[in-house]
Amino acid sequence: MSAAGPVIEARDLGRDYEVGGGLFRDPGIVRAVAGTSFSVEAGKTLAVVGESGCGKSTLARLVTMIEEPTSGSFAIAGTEVTPDRWAELRTDVQIVFQDPYGSLNLRQKVGQILEEPLKINRPRMTAKERRAKGLEMMRLVNLREEHYDRYPHMFSGGQRQRIAVGRALMLEPKLLVLDEPVSALDLSIQSQILNLLNDLQERLDLAYLFISHDLSVVRHVADDILVMYLGRPVEFGPKDEIFDAPRHPYTKALISATPSADPAQRRERIKLVGELPSPLAAPPGCPFAPRCWKARDRCRDERPAMEGEPHPAACFFPEA
Amino acid sequence: MADASAQTGKQMIGTRPSRLRDFWNSFRENRGAVIGLYVFLAFLLVAVFAPLIAPYSPSAQFRDAILQPPVWQDGGTWQFALGTDAVGRDMLSRLIHGARFSFFVGIVVVVVAVTGGVIIGLIAGFAPSWLDALIMRLMDIILAFPSLLLALVLVAVLGPTLLNAMIAIALVLQPHYVRLTRASVMSERSKDYVTASRVAGAGRLRLMFITVLPNCLAPIIVQAALSFSTAILDAAALGFLGMGAQPPTPEWGTMLADAREFVLRAWWVVTFPGIAILVTVLAINLMGDGLRDALDPKLKRS
Amino acid sequence: MPLLTIRNLSVTFATAQGPFRAVDKVDVDVNPGEILAIVGESGSGKSVSMLAVMGLLPWTATVTADEMTFDGRDLRALSGPARRRIVGNQLAMIFQEPMSSLNPCFTVGFQIREALKKHTDMDKAARQARCVELFEMVGIPAPERRLKAFPHQLSGGMNQRVMIAMAIACKPRLLIADEPTTALDVTIQAQILDLLTALQQETGMGLILITHDMGVVAETAERVAVQYAGQKVEDQEVQALFDTPHHPYTAALLAALPERATERRLPTIPGVVPGQHDRPAGCLFSPRCRYADDVCRGTEPPVQPDALGRARCHYPLHAPQEAQA
Repeated sequence: MSAAGPVIEARDLGRDYEVGGGLFRDPGIVRAVAGTSFSVEAGKTLAVVGESGCGKSTLARLVTMIEEPTSGSFAIAGTEVTPDRWAELRTDVQIVFQDPYGSLNLRQKVGQILEEPLKINRPRMTAKERRAKGLEMMRLVNLREEHYDRYPHMFSGGQRQRIAVGRALMLEPKLLVLDEPVSALDLSIQSQILNLLNDLQERLDLAYLFISHDLSVVRHVADDILVMYLGRPVEFGPKDEIFDAPRHPYTKALISATPSADPAQRRERIKLVGELPSPLAAPPGCPFAPRCWKARDRCRDERPAMEGEPHPAACFFPEA
Repeated sequence: MADASAQTGKQMIGTRPSRLRDFWNSFRENRGAVIGLYVFLAFLLVAVFAPLIAPYSPSAQFRDAILQPPVWQDGGTWQFALGTDAVGRDMLSRLIHGARFSFFVGIVVVVVAVTGGVIIGLIAGFAPSWLDALIMRLMDIILAFPSLLLALVLVAVLGPTLLNAMIAIALVLQPHYVRLTRASVMSERSKDYVTASRVAGAGRLRLMFITVLPNCLAPIIVQAALSFSTAILDAAALGFLGMGAQPPTPEWGTMLADAREFVLRAWWVVTFPGIAILVTVLAINLMGDGLRDALDPKLKRS
Repeated sequence: MPLLTIRNLSVTFATAQGPFRAVDKVDVDVNPGEILAIVGESGSGKSVSMLAVMGLLPWTATVTADEMTFDGRDLRALSGPARRRIVGNQLAMIFQEPMSSLNPCFTVGFQIREALKKHTDMDKAARQARCVELFEMVGIPAPERRLKAFPHQLSGGMNQRVMIAMAIACKPRLLIADEPTTALDVTIQAQILDLLTALQQETGMGLILITHDMGVVAETAERVAVQYAGQKVEDQEVQALFDTPHHPYTAALLAALPERATERRLPTIPGVVPGQHDRPAGCLFSPRCRYADDVCRGTEPPVQPDALGRARCHYPLHAPQEAQA
């Protein structure tokens, strides 16, 4: 593609939080994200998949430079990211959120929402140039230019999500973090937004970090998939390999649990016992061991590393 | 199919009524609030045009008509429709001019308290936790005093004038705004649109005043309306205790205090200022309730 | 005899901007032991119609129906107390947010016992025993200990199990599940759906599953009613619905599923669901329908016969040749 090297490359990224802790208690440490490595090329989509509490949202906060990683590092377009470079690198990474109702400031007009990133980051731009750029963006995300001076409450969920995508693209970023961009939308709107994202990616050669729990959407949009469980990556590989030959038992269970829209295909699901353990009391060995049907003593004592062929998975006894 | 999807985003947006219209519709549902609003507007008009409406100057003394009763009682005349006080001043004129003071007190107190409270609240909401704790404990201390007592002490220190009374009341009311603002800031701060602004690189000041503040205004407006009446009441109380406006200022509380000794002989000199305070405060509170119903989406009916 | 029969149900809300018809001429039939799924997007009135059956709508709503019978009794004619004896007892409902459907101030055990106390004449020991039994039925491990837990001490999946236990506490004849798994993770969703179908088979109750997820429908339902903008537009057996949808809306909805996509670009449905202020004349789907003509835009479509999925459409899809001629 255009630029050499990946748009984002993360190595061993981790983020801990101190929680609880009072006068007489030591604070507990929650590993929200640990040991996560991945890279995304321009024009490609990496999907991060997992259930609630798996650390995908924390990962989004790290990549968008809202929070600093407590371990590991990542580089954007070859530039190592440190807090003092946040301001200059900000324009390269933007984000679209799940809830189109909460992610727009209801007291600002659509135009103001679109122009705000320019106002902050391009102080030398004149108001006229900003407006021209905002209107151009309205066209790009298929909204009417007449609606530039309306407030967001006049728009439907799908149109608001278009505004949110437009705002994220105003600074011409290289990487777009999409945090469950379609899961709050109705089915008929969902496909409109997915198509829009697809068109934009082709036209602007964007890299996407697509965070989702919906495997049927992920299967449609992703090039590569990173499966996470309890803050740790458990499997990372190309989409087809992950879906056709999952190596980690959790990936397999996740695919099997996703309902398929074909009544003829009601199959025996893999039944996972129990629920996600509390991140405060993460098991010492493999985080998935307490729910895994293949777990042995080794799984409970030792933490498996991400390794193996054809793509890495964190399991001692992989499926294939 | 490609054309179809290009059109999809472009269609007309719904004809939802505008925000203001929406607000007025829900406000109108509360009949008490509408009555309150009309009374408040009347009060405002009276205050603004007091010199034009009032038949006499509030300090003009008519020595031949001392303690004259209102027109419908024996001995009352249309010359002094609501009677006169102990030094022969027309009650009606004094009440009309008193509206000016009350309105003035309300506005100044609310503006001072809201500005100070909102700024401190915003700072507390965005500050590191130690500064937040410091500010909030300080506000707790102010709140721990009975408010009128604290105002009294402040006036005693600053000297008994109407201006000082207003400053004292504003100081006493301020912590409510600090807490209210901080609470809304806390809940707004975690919303996605704030994060989006941060990702776009917005600085702290921009986040505070341009992104978050406009979204916290609804409860503050309601509280401001309600404390307008508190301010009028407190000012009247201070005036009554001799620590607010000083005679001969036609302030309602001061008028009450002046008339104390005539309670038994001339009921009108005490009753009319009392009724004026009552009606104004009631109207503003009714209006404030309506504002809250209309502005707070949690209380909104489907 | 059907368990629940509803004919021509309409629900209108009085709003500040005038009346809003959330449910429009909906018919529902549920037989004992049947799983009916009601599918629709937001604003399709799928929850409102069921809340109307339960009598749980706010006072701003006006409910009208030609017939609304549950188990042979006319729900419209019932007084408040008589209705409450049925609701929660023979007719139970679970909601989307398990966390907010339970009272955070009381233990889950207390809340279930309260339901039992209200609707049965068991004594204290019997109620406790029944609670333990119920928790075992819904697959909650260590029931005695979990009964003493508060809702915030349990996970979302566990709370939904508690809600299900509470709903089936009085052996209802019909259970209405309103998006029971939408707030849950996929692996937990699979567990809860399995639990619901297993309970339904075990007890023979009727089950109405309200959802927007076509995958959930395909995996659990026997019959599907599709709602759009307050109207029921199609009603078919699940396999037939997925194979030969008769209403263009159903067809478009199925085509928009990413997992059915054959190419990178997904087929879309242009436009949005009509709201309160922009309801079209004629067929409500006509502005978004690729087959719509002037007839659709002008006259309200008829309800087609059973063979055509009771589609509310002038030109149903997949119609046999003779029907079209």
